[in-house]
Parts: sequence; structure tokens; C-alpha cells
Amino acid sequence: MAIGRKIGVFICHCGGNISDYVDVKAVAEAVANEPGVVVSKNHMFTCSDAAQQEMIDDIQGLELDGLVIASCSPKLHMFTFRDMAERGGINKYQYVHVNLREQCSWAHTNDKTGATEKGIALVRAGIAKASLSVPLTALRVDTIPKVLVIGAGISGLRGALALSDMGLSVFIAEKEKDAGGTVKNWGRMAPDDQHGSEIVKNLLDEVKRRDNIMLYTDAEMIAKSGYIGDFKVTLRVGEHDSVELQVGAMLIATGFDSYEPQQGEFGYGLDGVVTLPQFRDFADQQDGELTYNGKPVKNVAFVYCVGSRQKKTEACPEPNQYCSRYCCNAGTHMAVCLEDRPGDLNQYHLYRDIRTYGHNETIYEEARTRGAVFMRYQDTEAPTVADTADGLVVTVKDQLMGGEEVEIQADLVVLITGMVPKKNETLMNLLKLPVSKDGFLNELHIKLRPVETVIDGVFLAGSAQSPKTMAESVGASLAAVSKAGGLLMKGFVDLEPLIARVDTDKCLWCDECLKACPYGAIEKIHHGEKEVAFVVKSLCKGEGACVPICPHDALDVEGYTDQQITAMIDACSKEVVPA
Amino acid sequence: MKSNEPQPKILVFSTNSISDPGIDLAGSAHMHYSTEVQVIPLPCSSGVKPSWIIHAIKQGFDGVFVAGCGGDCSFLADCTPRTSALIKQAQDLMKENDISPKRLKMSGLCSVCADNFVAHMNAFQKDLIKLEEK
Repeated sequence: MAIGRKIGVFICHCGGNISDYVDVKAVAEAVANEPGVVVSKNHMFTCSDAAQQEMIDDIQGLELDGLVIASCSPKLHMFTFRDMAERGGINKYQYVHVNLREQCSWAHTNDKTGATEKGIALVRAGIAKASLSVPLTALRVDTIPKVLVIGAGISGLRGALALSDMGLSVFIAEKEKDAGGTVKNWGRMAPDDQHGSEIVKNLLDEVKRRDNIMLYTDAEMIAKSGYIGDFKVTLRVGEHDSVELQVGAMLIATGFDSYEPQQGEFGYGLDGVVTLPQFRDFADQQDGELTYNGKPVKNVAFVYCVGSRQKKTEACPEPNQYCSRYCCNAGTHMAVCLEDRPGDLNQYHLYRDIRTYGHNETIYEEARTRGAVFMRYQDTEAPTVADTADGLVVTVKDQLMGGEEVEIQADLVVLITGMVPKKNETLMNLLKLPVSKDGFLNELHIKLRPVETVIDGVFLAGSAQSPKTMAESVGASLAAVSKAGGLLMKGFVDLEPLIARVDTDKCLWCDECLKACPYGAIEKIHHGEKEVAFVVKSLCKGEGACVPICPHDALDVEGYTDQQITAMIDACSKEVVPA
Repeated sequence: MKSNEPQPKILVFSTNSISDPGIDLAGSAHMHYSTEVQVIPLPCSSGVKPSWIIHAIKQGFDGVFVAGCGGDCSFLADCTPRTSALIKQAQDLMKENDISPKRLKMSGLCSVCADNFVAHMNAFQKDLIKLEEK
């Protein structure tokens, strides 16, 4: 298999991180005579400039056509060494990274002999893979310097302006007849008392001033094709019109829906029991003393965690287990707003835990000191709301008073409802974005790639991804803007070539791979006399789901071919005879 | 201080962006597991060929562990059922080849599942020892 190959193997000491627990010299010696290996060396730090230069000298001097570096995890330095390989003049996909630190020395600090033997096996597997490596070329695609923002709430509008600032053209598609999203009619909002309606108005005025932003309302995506850098999208606009757009990237700023309680849940459905958004709808429009249905409101009970942090029960088979993050801030801030009103209103806040993190804690403190009464209930003993001859009565066992039962006569019961994923079936079917267990859109990596998605060029901007406050939504949106801007302002994108390939000799077109591929990357083509599968390079993600499905063994993923994996298994199962 | 008792050899198929970082984390935390555990990373557990599993056992591995992407998979929302179907297929193939299907295990392993990984390896080795004793 390694006939004619010239492979260089470089084993890193990583200071002592590897060499303290693995005899790296013994590893280099043990693999020196593996088929195809022409040089096997150690370096104190393979990632250092000096070591990289020496390796480049070896690549060029020995005319290497394969490279194996055994060092730390590929998550740290795979790209470093790929770049180095390229600088040395070798195709970067003919470089194989062996994880000798996180998956060997550090995991076996108690067993140097065993770790050394394992190290030899791992490097042998790397050599086997490198011997079967082929040069691959990234697919370079020109990018269209235009972005589609889906959703014209705060996140979408703010994101669109930032993209416009970069000189990119922006289309905004808003499903509703009016732009502005959830908060467009809201009054004072946490934490800084700015009115939602004012923020939206300012953003919208600015959007309308920009020549390079086009806002479509009552508009919805109805078709999508293409790939990162060059998507083709059709929007339905109004009842009868449609527009075709060509964009390089998309921002998903579709926001959230507010949780709609079930009938009877905390008395929902009774006159006077409303959700916080419903409460805002009338309260934010009133100045002076608060009234409801024309009558002054004297007693209000707020119930927190409605629709959030639910447990699975018969009545709630699909619970929202997450915390909605914004509601404690919104509830305590509303308490302060009510204290600011004239009149002698009493307010009772029934909570499970108060999560007014960061700066918002001062709002909670202000609410308490100014007279709002906070009572803590246990999730196992939730408050009940009853409609009596005397009006609404809320019964709660207050944990702060040793579980004593308290009855509150309330003119209004406000359910502080959490966020739930936006219902957007058409869009979700078109975008094919994975959702998490709780139904929100999934990022590519929760910590390290928080606004990217599995669809390259499609970024998450705000609470479509998970419950977020307004500041957090805008933060996410601007992160998405910087990813989209970074992508499009370069003018081109290189796509990873580690994707599926078809062996047309073996393929008998049975459509199994077509059915297995969620990305539409498989097409049927004519090849000579027969029909075979064809992989659309720009759409294939290289996850390999089509590979084991193929009944004719006609599919492989580059870099992980059947031959390579089999050879790796052979290499690492070979007995290691200690020197 | 390598133990003189021969330990079962396990081949792990990990996944580049989900379970492999979890296995890395076990090492970063210096959590010990057997040196007879070796890892081959793949893009996604939905791409593991059952024939690789059979081949590994025939080549001398005592067990194969598929560290699946689980619910965190960045490629496929239904990665787990897809991987499970492959495991089922592999176990059928193992039976046909007179290999105990107990030599194959699969579990979703997240990018911070270091404890889980070590626990799985220890438990799997114990199971494999029991299997040898039978």
C-alpha cells in the first residue's frame, strides 16, 4: 500500500507533556521502518517556528508526499500543521494528525510502558492513513456580497444595520405585516427603562434611510437552493407577489413565541388571568393608575416560571425543561414600573427561584424595597387560582414563611410566561436546520461556534436559538453579522474537500444514498451506459451517513475511506514488541 | 507500572467535533483509563461501517465502542437512530460471524463527557473479561 510513498513522521515531546509519560524516542524508532516512512524524528515542540522550519526543510529535502505529526489534540494544531504542510509544498490533506497528548500521555500518566506501546500503535495507524492519502483541492466558491436577514425584530434590524455598515447589501424578510417583532408595542423594558416601541422606531427609521437595505414585510421564504456564498432564495411578498434573491449568507432572526398556557393552567382562561405579554398590551398603553376593564386594579398577583422549568407529568407530557432567562428580569422590572404609578396598588410575586443575574439584581432589590411582596413556592406545590364569589383568589404555600398557606384576593393574575420556539414550519423545512431537544435552533458548537449552524453560511441571530434577553439577542445578532461579514468580504470561500465520493464502477444507482442524505447532495446522473450517484460537492457535509447505507460499497468519505480505516485498524492492532 | 494482567483491547470510533473532544477532556483532566483503548476519529457516528467493526474484532480487538454524537450531532438531527440502526446491523453481522454481539457497544458521548467515557471504558473492559471467562 505504501509503495513509492515518502512519509515523514514527527513526534512531539510537548515540553514534557508527552515525553514525561511516553518514551517518544522509542516511538520514533519503532515506526522508522514502517512501509513508506523515510524519516522519523522527535521535536521538543513541533508547533514552534524552529521545528516547523526544520519539518519544511525535510518535506522539501526528502520530497515527502505524506506527513504524520504526533502531538497534542488536532483541535489545537491541526490547522497549524496543515498550513505548514502547504508552506512546505505538500498537499495539506496528505498530512495526518495523531493525538498523542490528550488521548495518550495525559490519559496514561501512570503507565509509561503501556502509553509508549499505545503511542506506537496510534502513530502506525496515522502512517497507514497517510500512505493512502491523496492530494485534495478545496472547492473555491465566489461569494455574493449580499445577506438575507429573516425576521425584522430587534435582532434582525440591528443586524441588518451592522451589515449595511460593512457595505454589504441586505434584504430583510418579515413574516408579519409590520416590522418590529415582539417588543414593537412595548413600553419600559429592563434593564434601562427604554421603551421597546422607541428602540424599534429608531432602528426602523435608520433602516429606511439606508440605500443598501431592502425591507419586505408580509414576506416569507418559499424556496431555497444553492450553498454558502451563493444562495438563491424566493420570497413570497404579500398575497400575490414574489421576489428572487441571490445572497451569500443568511441570518436567522426569527425570534421566539411566548408560551401560551393551557386552559386552566394557573387559572388561565378565567377573566383577569393574563400572561405578561397580554398584560403589557393594555398596561403599557395606560398612564396613571392601572385599570383593567375600566376598573381600578388594587391587587395583582404575578406567577413566575409559567411554561418554563417544567417537569414531565401526565398533564405535561412534553415539558419545557429550560429556564427562559428573561422572565425574572421582566417580572421584577414590571414590579418597579407598577411602584412608579400613582395609587395604592399591592403586588405579590410568587416565584420558584429568582434569577436576576448580573446588573438586574439591583432591579429585584428595588422592587423588594419599594413594596412588592415576594413569596416563594415549591414546584411540587404550585399556587392555585380559583374564581370565587369574591373574585380571583390565589392560594400559595409560602416557603419563606415555613410553608404557611396564604390566600391572595387579586384583581389580576399575571402569568410570567417563558419563551418557546417560534413556529415556522415552512422555513424550517426549507433550511433543514437541526433543532435542539427543546425545539430551538441548534448552533454548531455551544461554546466555540455559537452562532454558526450546520448549514454553512446560515447564522443564528438571537432568540431563535435559545431564550435570550434583548441585549443577548443583539449580541448574538452582531456575532452572526461578523461571521457573515468575514465570510463575504473576503470574496470567496474554500470548502473542505473531505466529502463523499462515488466509485462509479461499483455504483448501481439504487437511491439509498439519496434517501440517506439530508442535504440534497446526491443526484442521479448518466455515466456511460448506466445511471450512478453524483455528489454535489458544495452541498455535501462529509458526515458519511451515505457510506454504510450503500449496499454496493460504492461510497467513501475522503480522508476516511474504507481502505484507510481498514488499514488503520490493521496498523493499530499489530502487536507492539517493546524494544 | 503496567499491569501484568493482559487487558481487553478496545477500539473506539469517536467523532471529530462531539465525542472526540469528550475523550480529549478525559486526558486533559488526567483521568486514567486502560492503554489498551485506542481511538479512531471519524466525522460522524452515522458513517461507521459495520464491516469495520467485524474487521477490528477479527484483527484482535476484544471489543468495539462507538462513541456516537448523540443528540449534539451537528450534521444530523436523527444521528442517534441512524447510528443505532448501524449497530443493530453490525450485531447481526457479528452473530453470522460467530462473534458475540456483546463485543460491540454504543453510547452517545458529548464534548464534555469525560467521566462518562472513562466509566464506559472501565465497565466495557469488565464485561469483556467476563465474556472471556465464559
